[in-house]
Amino acid sequence: MTVTAVPDTSPPVERGWYKRNEIAITPWLFLLPAMLFFAVYVIIPIGQSFWISFHQWDGLGEKTWVGTANYERLLGIGDQNIDRKFETSFWNNIKWLILYLLAIPLGLFISLFLNQTVRGIRLYKSLFFFPFVISQVVVGLVFSWFYLPNVGLFDQMTGFFGFQIKGGMLGNPDWATYGIIMAGLWPQTAYCMILYLTGLNAVDPEQVEAARLDGAKGWKMLWYVIIPQLKPATFIAFVVTIIGALRSFDLISVMTNGGPFGSTRVLSFYMFEEALSEFGFRMGYGSAIAVVLFFIMLGFIIYFLWSMYQDEKGGR
Amino acid sequence: MHSIKTSFAALAAASIAASAAMADGHALSGDLKIISDMSNPAPRAVMEGMVADFKEMHPDLNIELTIVDREAWKTQIRNALSANPPDVVNWYAANRMKPYVDAGLFADISDLWAEPEFEALASTKGAMTLDGKQWGVPYTYYQWGVYYRKDIYEELGLEEPATWEEELANCQAILDSGRKCYTIGSKFLWTAGGWFDYINSRTNGYDFHIALASGEVEWTDDRVKQTFANWRQLIDMGAFIDDHQTYSWQEAMPFMVNGEAAAYLMGNFSVAAFREGGLTDDQLDFYQFPVINPDVDYAEDAPTDTFHIASGAQNMDAAKEFLRFVTSADNQTKINSGDALGQLPVNANSSIDNDKFLAEGFEMLSNNAGGGIMQFFDRDFDAEMASVGMEGLQEFMVFPDNLDDILARLEETRQRIYN
Repeated sequence: MTVTAVPDTSPPVERGWYKRNEIAITPWLFLLPAMLFFAVYVIIPIGQSFWISFHQWDGLGEKTWVGTANYERLLGIGDQNIDRKFETSFWNNIKWLILYLLAIPLGLFISLFLNQTVRGIRLYKSLFFFPFVISQVVVGLVFSWFYLPNVGLFDQMTGFFGFQIKGGMLGNPDWATYGIIMAGLWPQTAYCMILYLTGLNAVDPEQVEAARLDGAKGWKMLWYVIIPQLKPATFIAFVVTIIGALRSFDLISVMTNGGPFGSTRVLSFYMFEEALSEFGFRMGYGSAIAVVLFFIMLGFIIYFLWSMYQDEKGGR
Repeated sequence: MHSIKTSFAALAAASIAASAAMADGHALSGDLKIISDMSNPAPRAVMEGMVADFKEMHPDLNIELTIVDREAWKTQIRNALSANPPDVVNWYAANRMKPYVDAGLFADISDLWAEPEFEALASTKGAMTLDGKQWGVPYTYYQWGVYYRKDIYEELGLEEPATWEEELANCQAILDSGRKCYTIGSKFLWTAGGWFDYINSRTNGYDFHIALASGEVEWTDDRVKQTFANWRQLIDMGAFIDDHQTYSWQEAMPFMVNGEAAAYLMGNFSVAAFREGGLTDDQLDFYQFPVINPDVDYAEDAPTDTFHIASGAQNMDAAKEFLRFVTSADNQTKINSGDALGQLPVNANSSIDNDKFLAEGFEMLSNNAGGGIMQFFDRDFDAEMASVGMEGLQEFMVFPDNLDDILARLEETRQRIYN
């Protein structure tokens, strides 16, 4: 038995296509699932909403192309009046945007108050955080009982000060939106508080020490030393509050269902009512509202992305 | 030889086919898919009972029953009908059927209605008809009317009012005793629709009301304004409870149970809730909404719940047979009895359970609703018109001075929808 040595005649193994391009391809492979889902669930639906908003469609039959008629009716272009429901919803959205921002200073002050070491502070912190944990539906229900005319606690409180809101907080078209925003501020403040609490952990104690040596205290300390260091937390709190204000839907749905007489509608609620509610299924018009809401949100989103980009550039 | 063999085989095949066809005529087989919205406990038991009875009659039929939450069904029906449709579904009568009829999702069952047995259902034929064809069958309905505290009326020495003048006089007496005449919870709007249905049909008649519902009359018409003027008489007296825009219809009930309000314009489904709230039949009674304009006949709200066949039904024979079964006199007696749905059977040959409200309601709808049967504001009016309309009605009840603005808004909506 002799073993014949077979000479190695084949050339060196050619590396596969993937191996050769590994460095360039791999990041895209990792990104692919996310991009796919983002496209399917976000980008394509946005395009579809735009497309539907140029049609009249009941969601069942054929779509009819109506061009910009939905937008003309919505914004009152031409010889028609502006859609009053849209007008109310828009101004309510503005009220939400402005008043919801109160959650940021409120959250800041509660977090400053809680940022101390006393016995049982963890319990107090979790109690303050509690409203953010429970569902918005529960918050809405609790507040709608709180606001009940005659028997509700709020009515009794205002009654004690000799001040009566006609129809109860949620039954009075001039007050109802503020009532809902107040209910929304409760969990939102808790959210901002938790953001600031984590932010306060990152405050540099040496800087505080140095400021103290220089004689800074009280408001000056807060304004010139603490708050600048909390800037990242403030930014996040601002983002979540703005988004939260624009998304406000569940509280309205639970507390007033858009009423009384539609005075508490916001754009997202109006969109839902037109497109998906029991008496709705005017998909085209609902999509047109969605598109308007999208552009309002886009303004904020661009601002957020831009300031994040600026930060990144500064960080380099 | 060969030809004999094949012809024999053909003969055999033909006879098998024939016997299969004959069997088909006698017994139903295959699958029958039903989606029902009868999700509350009592209706659910009724639906399951009906399926069990039907199954017993047709043992070869495999019935697949799905029960969907009643509120959720109002939006789910669209998906259910358009993709992989079932054979039979629940829905509502009148204009509520229109989107599905227009989209061709409900099957035309005019042939069923042409059968002699269906003459017993004539009272609701109009409500099941769109474009001159019938699209479903009713299984139950219930009357609307004024439920009142008999003991309070007796204490104040009042009689059930028959005319608007008596109504207003009664109301004044009730107000003078420190109570409200009517409780109502208008947070979800539709309760105000009931008031409009009644005052408008009593003021201008059924035909005018339906013409308004189909968009043929302007909201700014003087006759509509007369309706609101009549309504306003009650509002200005302070007849309704305060802050009703913050209550649901259930939340408005305690006012009547506690004796702070004397009456409630409601559907018969409220009786169960009143009894649960502790009112006995000696305390609770019913009267038909009084006459306002003596020249027009009584028209009554009696919303009808229905069964329909999907146009994409796989087992059309079984589905039609099920509809025949549902509308049969015996079945309607059974499902509408007091221990089942506790409502009124539509079939004229059915008998009514021994319940004073059902008996009174049946008597009223059979003999004293000459004007016609309304399905209710949100079923007679176009969906968008109904939602804008009910919002306007609620606003009117709280701020009657806004009437002109409200009517102008409704008219604008009418012109856009119906033109």
